[in-house]
Amino acid sequence: MKNTDFKTVNFLFAGVGGQGVLLASDILSEAAHIANYDVKKSDIHGMSQRGGSVISQVRFGKKVYSPIIKDREVDFLIGFEILETLRCLNMLAKDAKIIVNNQKIYPISIYSSLPPFSKGGEGGFSDRNIYPENGFELIKKGFKDAELIQGIMLAESAGDNKTVNLVLLGRLSNYLPFEQNVWEGVIKRSVPPSTVERNIHAFRLGKRSK
Amino acid sequence: MKEFLSGNEAIAKAAYDAGVQFAAGYPGTPSTEILENIAKRYIDVYAEWSPNEKVALEAASGASMAGARALASMKHVGLNLAADPLMTLSYTGVNGGLVIVTADDPGIHSSQNEQDNRHYARFAKIPLLEPSDSQEAYDLTKLAFEISERFDTPVILRTTTRISHSKSLVSIKKTAKRAVKKTAIPNNIEKFVMIPSYARERHRIIETRLKRLQNFSDKFPYNRHENKKGKIGIITSGIAYQYVKEVCRDIPVLKLSMTYPLPVNLIKRFAKGFKKVYVVEELDPFLENEIKALGINVIGKEKLPSFGELNPDIIEGALIGKRKRIRKNKLMLPVRTPIMCAGCPYLGIFYTLKKLGLFVAGDIGCYTLAALSPYNAIDSTLCMGAGICQAFGMEKVLKEEERKKLVAVIGDSTFLHSGITGLMDIVYNKGITTVIILDNSTTAMTGRQDHPSSGFTLKGEETKEVNIAEICRVIGVERVRHINPFNLSEIENIILEEINQKMPSVIISKSPCVLLKHKSRVHRQPSLTVDLSACNGCMACLKIGCPALERVEKDNLSLVTINTMLCNGCRLCVDLCRIGAISS
Repeated sequence: MKNTDFKTVNFLFAGVGGQGVLLASDILSEAAHIANYDVKKSDIHGMSQRGGSVISQVRFGKKVYSPIIKDREVDFLIGFEILETLRCLNMLAKDAKIIVNNQKIYPISIYSSLPPFSKGGEGGFSDRNIYPENGFELIKKGFKDAELIQGIMLAESAGDNKTVNLVLLGRLSNYLPFEQNVWEGVIKRSVPPSTVERNIHAFRLGKRSK
Repeated sequence: MKEFLSGNEAIAKAAYDAGVQFAAGYPGTPSTEILENIAKRYIDVYAEWSPNEKVALEAASGASMAGARALASMKHVGLNLAADPLMTLSYTGVNGGLVIVTADDPGIHSSQNEQDNRHYARFAKIPLLEPSDSQEAYDLTKLAFEISERFDTPVILRTTTRISHSKSLVSIKKTAKRAVKKTAIPNNIEKFVMIPSYARERHRIIETRLKRLQNFSDKFPYNRHENKKGKIGIITSGIAYQYVKEVCRDIPVLKLSMTYPLPVNLIKRFAKGFKKVYVVEELDPFLENEIKALGINVIGKEKLPSFGELNPDIIEGALIGKRKRIRKNKLMLPVRTPIMCAGCPYLGIFYTLKKLGLFVAGDIGCYTLAALSPYNAIDSTLCMGAGICQAFGMEKVLKEEERKKLVAVIGDSTFLHSGITGLMDIVYNKGITTVIILDNSTTAMTGRQDHPSSGFTLKGEETKEVNIAEICRVIGVERVRHINPFNLSEIENIILEEINQKMPSVIISKSPCVLLKHKSRVHRQPSLTVDLSACNGCMACLKIGCPALERVEKDNLSLVTINTMLCNGCRLCVDLCRIGAISS
């Protein structure tokens, strides 16, 4: 990770309503706060409950002004879904790190299109009604530092398929200077008491994943 | 210790710490969480969802008149409705501090327009505060109550989506225990009864008050000059301040937090020090025009857009003089538009309205989504409550045959907010318009808030349910019909019957939102499955627009399956399947 004493670090979380995007960005923000950084976060979630895209931006450093990230200055993209990850690629810095959950959620627009119908396409360059099945290769083409995480599988082995967000955070934690006890303290305070154990378990599985 | 709070959370906390005793509002993005937080975290404050914003402000002014500190919160367009009490509350002034939060939505993330509500402060001649982060949202909310009482005026606190929904650190000084004001029945008719003779006197007082407020604004420490050295100076407020600092943290800045009345002398002194002065503000040239009226030459909207949100890149482009090209995504990607939920009781209604080819005057709520694909069934949407009136206005000028081809559609919360008067217009003025009330027992679009017919208060207490059908009857609607929104033939038959009547009629579809908080009221059935060996890929079921229906390819055939994680067994698709391939 870059020298955070001088430069603000920018994180973009992207997913679909219901995936726990905002909880993940909240936990990262609190961890940065506990580690004595200035931190700001901005969410756009007006209609996320209706299956729309959700975007959350987190910035931390010595002193942060804007809650939103400048063009091409995203350092870390945490993608909860392949299509939503692709949608954000234009906002990334050249050497950005991408952590992608290996999950596809098909938007209704591809179902309501008239035949000929194809759920998946090769290029994803030509047809707005085709879900780019080779999404991760497209990501890799532009950004070498991209990791595909088996989020749902790991979340299920933590005992709850809703803990994908903690799996991804765990993976991200490898690149951040916060101690494990800082993360776990924040997780404990952020999730319902009955789910603390599986959330921490998911975080640890994500951290160790490769 | 600092706390990491959203602007809305900071406002709620500040209101509590300032001793607010009464808080009211109507849900609206991005303001909703202010009242939700007050109700959830500060239980000794009286907090309510009012039927609409006008009611909220009027009730808050009553609490203020009795001596309590009171808050009314709403989204920008909500203040249009509350503008009536606002304009004259400026005349009466307050007793306990009265603060009105207006949360504007530049960029139109979730609204019907992006009006700049700062104009209301100048229009009503009352003070305006604009926070630029959560810390200022906290500080300025507390100060707003003090300013309100010291100058005997309501105060507007104006946020935007980026202030209300962004989070940042807030340090909260340990102060004395929250103190609430003593309340009593007021006795001051010259102040509180706005008849012409008293109102004329109050207007004189307002003009003096404005002068005093301008002096106060000149000395207000949250209006501050940062960084002295440079050729260019920037005057800015709200979130734009943060973007300016992000782009160039050492540039001289006059950061304004009280933006009406403006600190005229401070601005004059600042402007003298620089060759060029820019005004950087989101939406309208509100500061710019006021400053130009002082005879000061500033650069503003000739370089910056008057629409949409600002961001650091736009400001950098304007200051450097070269527009930076924002990188676009070159991939052609499927859009992910917001849609109605699987099993939503609105789906069958909009399927039928589209099938019948009717003109549908819509309104504000989840059902506004029916304007988009795959529903394509709404033809107009203006503002809360407008749909009924627009349908009626059309009816009065259309030819007789065409009058039968239109309906108005409105949700339960919106009907109670401002639909009743429109219905009264139809009855009183001998109309025949058919109104469909989509009653899902909640204010769904903003995140399922309660309302007068939902049976619960903002604090979650059980309460009386206003009976919508009885309201319609008592107004004089003779034909009030109920439909089961999951029975397509019933929906179609009843709509056809009602649009052919020569009198007003109301069709009520009562079925709870599938996301309802009070879950015991939602009836879920076992999820359905498609027999893929029977499905012939006719796609008739997809016309319902349910997100649980997914297309699959099997043996080079395009077929449909049901996502059992989403399906709640409403069986609308079963009705549409001509070959009976769908079953539970």
